[in-house]
Amino acid sequence: MNLTLKVWRQKNSQEKGQLETYQVKNISTDSSFLEMMDILNEQLVNEGKEPVAFDHDCREGICGMCSLFINGEAHGPGEEITTCQLHMREFKDGETIHIEPWRAKAFPVIKDLVVDRGAFDRIMSAGGFISVNTSGNTQDANAIPVPKEDADMAMDAATCIGCGACVATCKNASAMLFVSAKVSQFALLPQGKVEAAERAQNMVSQMDEEGFGNCTNTGACEVECPKGISIENIARMNREYLSSSFK
Amino acid sequence: MTKLDSKVPEGPIADKWTNHKNNIKLVNPANKRSIDVIIVGTGLAGGSAAATLAELGYNVKAFCYQDSPRRAHSIAAQGGINAAKNYQGDGDSTYRLFYDTVKGGDYRSREANVYRLAEVSANIIDQCVAQGVPFARDYGGLLDNRSFGGVQVSRTFYAKGQTGQQLLLGCYSAMSRQIGKGKIQMYNRHEMMEVVIVDGKARGIIARNLITGELERHSAHAVVIASGGYGNVFFLSTNAMGSNVSAGWKIHKKGAYFANPCYTQIHPTCIPQHGDQQSKLTLMSESLRNDGRIWVPKKKEDAEAIRAGKMKPTEIVEEDRDYYLERRYPSFGNLVPRDVASRAAKERSDAGFGVGTNETGEAVYLDFTSAFMRYGQEEANVHGLNDASQEKIRELGEQVVEDKYGNLFQMYEKITADNPYKTPMKIYPAVHYTMGGVWVDYNLMTTIDGCYCIGEANFSDHGANRLGASALMQGLADGYFVLPYTIGDYLADDIRTGSIPTDTDEFAEAEKSVKDQIDFFINNKGEHSVDHFHKQLGKVMWNKVGMARDTKGLQDAIKEIKEIRAAFWKDVKVPGAADSMNLELEKAGRVADFLELGELFARDALLREESCGGHFREEHKSEEGEAARDDKNFKHVSAWEYKGEPADAVFHKEELEYKNIELKTRSYK
Repeated sequence: MNLTLKVWRQKNSQEKGQLETYQVKNISTDSSFLEMMDILNEQLVNEGKEPVAFDHDCREGICGMCSLFINGEAHGPGEEITTCQLHMREFKDGETIHIEPWRAKAFPVIKDLVVDRGAFDRIMSAGGFISVNTSGNTQDANAIPVPKEDADMAMDAATCIGCGACVATCKNASAMLFVSAKVSQFALLPQGKVEAAERAQNMVSQMDEEGFGNCTNTGACEVECPKGISIENIARMNREYLSSSFK
Repeated sequence: MTKLDSKVPEGPIADKWTNHKNNIKLVNPANKRSIDVIIVGTGLAGGSAAATLAELGYNVKAFCYQDSPRRAHSIAAQGGINAAKNYQGDGDSTYRLFYDTVKGGDYRSREANVYRLAEVSANIIDQCVAQGVPFARDYGGLLDNRSFGGVQVSRTFYAKGQTGQQLLLGCYSAMSRQIGKGKIQMYNRHEMMEVVIVDGKARGIIARNLITGELERHSAHAVVIASGGYGNVFFLSTNAMGSNVSAGWKIHKKGAYFANPCYTQIHPTCIPQHGDQQSKLTLMSESLRNDGRIWVPKKKEDAEAIRAGKMKPTEIVEEDRDYYLERRYPSFGNLVPRDVASRAAKERSDAGFGVGTNETGEAVYLDFTSAFMRYGQEEANVHGLNDASQEKIRELGEQVVEDKYGNLFQMYEKITADNPYKTPMKIYPAVHYTMGGVWVDYNLMTTIDGCYCIGEANFSDHGANRLGASALMQGLADGYFVLPYTIGDYLADDIRTGSIPTDTDEFAEAEKSVKDQIDFFINNKGEHSVDHFHKQLGKVMWNKVGMARDTKGLQDAIKEIKEIRAAFWKDVKVPGAADSMNLELEKAGRVADFLELGELFARDALLREESCGGHFREEHKSEEGEAARDDKNFKHVSAWEYKGEPADAVFHKEELEYKNIELKTRSYK
């Protein structure tokens, strides 16, 4: 298939960017979207031009590095997939595809389609952990049984890959889904319950400091989340957060 | 020829690690505060080491090329992590895990290291649960286990098909806690370009800031390399796109021996290549072999009809299917180790029974029909549905399989557009893991003083073939429980050293060599992209140094790789500038190292005149086509010393001794 691409090019965080138009030809429908980008870049390199910078690594939907806004959708068309899991069979021959970076104040563009998601790391450092040392001198793993239902819910929350699609999709650029997934995972497990309220407090205040917007319950984040993280987690976090304010 | 000193402690194998820990030097907490440690790579090994060292009190500087430590490729491990907990009461023990690992590695690993690994494995699970890793549980709330290839017990702990992700995020949480405290300084989007040696000791690195292009000098009292495997030397592999050998190769060029480069694992359950435009292969967890049965058509004409798209697998009746693993290996069946399963798939495909409808034609089926019916029947019994129809039973069974492997089935469907609940999956082997790596002693130190290597980047625990669910185990064992103690023995002599200055000749020289290479790439303005050469290298590696190797092929490979390398240095084109984010420049440096490693890899494979584990030489096989080991001549680790060109690398030998396990021909029949 042959395609027209409108790709966001931006030299660095200071300079202004703009959409550039490129043509790619003979793309196999079995190719992944990022393989199509590889072909574009190979073409650009051969023409002596600088290839398009975009983030990607594992290419199997789990590292959370890839982050393209395709035709106005985070990770492009299709449900519960990352950009690297998107395949060209989702597009039509001759189609024009718009490719842009995540847009959010807390995620400044570094170059072209690459953004800085360091804010997520800083939120994690503020409280995204259980305060236990890795000495190995803990009790036996089976000492505290965990109801299967809780363990499964914790697992569902824990599948967040930290890609930032929720932020990119939200009209307020809120990071509530990301933060609440981590808060929920730990709050649901007896090991993490002890400091659940304090954790919510610390992570939320860091989130506010990073310049993410407020949550207005539109639920857009849940729809675009490649891992199907539920907004029920936001409700759970709000409970933890409230209980911490009453302490 | 120098004798490599493995520094394995004396005493009975079960006491070695405890005795060693009791006898090595400690650094007191106050002194730890004045000691710096650099860690390159933040996967399971590097991340867990960074967290633990910081908790112990050392000042840690950690580096990763990704935008966050949470993205290291450990995250992609699916199936699980082994531990000798014996929760299932099926006869598991430390000894059995040790035995299985040594046997699975085809008797080419160091006994004492493997025993230690088995010994600390149980602790890993305790630790991870305390950190909030949501492992799968049964209805009683206790931890669940599954079974993996090459073993006859259930000792694999898992978190759906995302065990690596959950373990890495556990590690990342532990790191985040220390980053918050300021005990770990995290350098994201940084790549190690060179190691700095001062007075024979590793004392720092030159790193490139991948956003600004700036070269930075970082010093420390010890340097730990945890940069993963080198499977991308094959261009197409299941590794992350950025995975590379460079950190390991840089220390190799400065004195660290590189061991057994030819030991590569080709994983049997990957999604077949779709064509020439492919950049990356995708693996599906080996856990699928717990319930999936592997087959090809018995009749060649059926295979031909399928390849031509004239027939569907579901049209082939039971009698016309060849479940070749069950046929050849009745006692392990579909759960033979990875190397055996991969070769068997290649053998059937080469013999004309492959079912790939893609451009390559290579594939075999992984079929869940039996599992659907078996689980479905169980469910029907549990729910008292005595007269359930076959369709209903299958539907119930599909539900059970979905609970177990839902995300893998979904992933398969997304990539291939085939629904694996309705038609068998198509799979084919792909490069996945490298057992070879930087040589280390029992303390995980390389042949450079103060330079350590952990996780997949070292060579230590898996011999010639790694068992499933053992990579996560090794990464975390090295990082949480081994290195943090053994490194103290070395650092105890550094308590009065004070911080290492970076304004010295050694740092300046190292930085200059890095800068020269970068300038070369930017100014070369050749004809071809980096990928052009990488693909050429990959093709040679896969065709001649892949699943089956022979003398002529290897000799040709050595010659061809040398030619590709020469062409690369003459003709590579890197657009853009050195002083900004430049992804082509990053790739150029990595491929330059792969082009050297590839040749050494082929040399190592040529020298090893036997078949063992993942290393299969056509000249050395039994009458039944199984790998034929030669313990008399090759019961050793091949460790290579850098001397310039790969052709000049000097061979060293570490003899392997087996005192606790009897050497046998590995049989899974």
